[in-house]
Amino acid sequence: MTTTTTMTAVNPTASRRRRGGGQDAVGRGPREGVIPRTAAFIVMGVFTLYFLTPIWWLLIASTKDRGDLFSTNPLWFADFRFFENVGALVAYRDGVYLRWLLNSLLYAGVGAVVATLLASMCGYALAKYRFPGRETLFNVVLGGVLVPATALALPLFLLFSQVQLTNTFWAVFLPSIVSPFGVYLSRVFAEASVPDELLEASRLDGAGEVRTFFTVSIRLMFPALVTVFLFQFVSIWNNFFLPLIMLRSEELFPVTYGLYAWNSTINQFPELRTFVLVGSLLSIVPLIITFLLLQRYWRTGLGTGALK
Amino acid sequence: MTTSPPIAGVAGAAAAPDAPVQKRKRPRVQNPWAIVAFVSPFALVFTLFYVIPIGYAVWQSLLVVEREGTFGEAREVFGGFAQYALVFQNAEFWSSVGRVFLFGIVQVPVMLGLALLFALLLDSPLLRGKKFFRLAFFVPYAVPGVIAAIMWGFLYSPNLSPFEAVTSQVDFLSSDLVLWSIANVVTWVFVGYNMLIIYSTLLAIPGDIYEAARLDGAGQARIAWSIKIPLIRPALVLTGVLSIIGTLQLLAEPQTFRSFSSAVTSTYTPNMTIYATSSIPNVSLAAAFSVVLALATFVLSFTFLRITRRKAATS
Repeated sequence: MTTTTTMTAVNPTASRRRRGGGQDAVGRGPREGVIPRTAAFIVMGVFTLYFLTPIWWLLIASTKDRGDLFSTNPLWFADFRFFENVGALVAYRDGVYLRWLLNSLLYAGVGAVVATLLASMCGYALAKYRFPGRETLFNVVLGGVLVPATALALPLFLLFSQVQLTNTFWAVFLPSIVSPFGVYLSRVFAEASVPDELLEASRLDGAGEVRTFFTVSIRLMFPALVTVFLFQFVSIWNNFFLPLIMLRSEELFPVTYGLYAWNSTINQFPELRTFVLVGSLLSIVPLIITFLLLQRYWRTGLGTGALK
Repeated sequence: MTTSPPIAGVAGAAAAPDAPVQKRKRPRVQNPWAIVAFVSPFALVFTLFYVIPIGYAVWQSLLVVEREGTFGEAREVFGGFAQYALVFQNAEFWSSVGRVFLFGIVQVPVMLGLALLFALLLDSPLLRGKKFFRLAFFVPYAVPGVIAAIMWGFLYSPNLSPFEAVTSQVDFLSSDLVLWSIANVVTWVFVGYNMLIIYSTLLAIPGDIYEAARLDGAGQARIAWSIKIPLIRPALVLTGVLSIIGTLQLLAEPQTFRSFSSAVTSTYTPNMTIYATSSIPNVSLAAAFSVVLALATFVLSFTFLRITRRKAATS
């Protein structure tokens, strides 16, 4: 009994499989009736439409030229012009769209990697070492979680303008490498998944603390690190206020801000409409790919923060 | 800084990790250099890009611009709480606060209620095809706020929408409805995310807990209500706090909606007011707005935590 509980707590998917597949194994309770099952299916079906229809519409809209966009069935294909549209988008204004996409990948990709590394080291130290001021530090960082990112944007702008850093790559990149929530998650997860005995063993083998972290602990914390990375990646990718307030030069824009800028001039330049639609579709793809590639790891870590 | 540990500890027995802290003799800190190496990089960036900006915002909010004569040189002088007095007199700011408050008390419960319902259904044996639903509901989270707003903006627009039958009857972009149209966009993006947080907490509950309830003949609804929901309260609190913070930060969606609807003004939400004020430019007043907004977020989040903690105190 106790052993199974511990096991399932460590590996939720194992318990899932037992419960999901083996309803008979779990209990002789009442079988689920047809009516609740149908009702559940209808609810989920209706909401599947709600969640996927807008994306389906976007996909369809990006395959059409300007005329067809308004004259043909909005939820089904007409003349398939997707590749022409992408070609035109990429060629527009010397490929400024690709530049934006690359900027976003740099801001969010590199920024999230650095943020994850810094946050995990700090969270690990908070979990595995005792030192004076540890709880104070942790509480200050927790307070940081509650500070709205947008409340930071304006003072950051004022400070950066004093050191002539506004309207540079660094203005958006540097603030993105701080993840207080990442420290919190890393601490919780390091406490749960890095056993002290292992650290002792590593010390007896003569490995230094830093080396132990990078060779042993970091592997045990991997699901949490993926979660921290994803949270940070998404929040940088979606960050709007910071680029809005920091950036003036088009060539520094992240893709979301670039598309926003195009969208707000659509009334003057109607030809931008197709570009906004195709560009929006393409800009979602990197995030979806990241999610799909990493979902195996990150779902384990996601509940960690909530459990404590 | 509080983070740097004393380099050399007091000589004596190294304290075991869980030994009670002795008052007189400080336990020797083991591996001080490792701690410095692990903590200081984060502490540095946190100080530079969190602590100092907050302090600077507070300082900036205490300044006023003074001019010698009408065309004289402007200089900033200490003005005490003058900016805060202006904040409290600023009707536009408070109506924007009222707007997001109204938004929050409707949108957050609806969104979290749906997320909870979906998570419970995913966790129940009632449903097949769980992987598909989980993914389908989560996909919108991959859509940034700006893009989601652009997409829904098109869907709402009377002449562009694929649902012309509906949009020709109901003007989703009118001043009466646009707030709820934005609420729909936010809900659409974040339901799946909240659902996954709640769902992964449900997965961590060991299956044997339900056994007794099943033997007593409890159905899925009863198990969900009496066992699951109480056990996942921490996850609900977490999603609640994150949603409150998100509501007060509302910016990208309404800002994008400005190109679809004239009903969205430049001071529609507190963050938009801050941006509009800072680009006038009146940075001191904008800083005061930021400080008030950050404080409001803190107070609301903490109040929510306190209320829910008190209820959950027994668990």
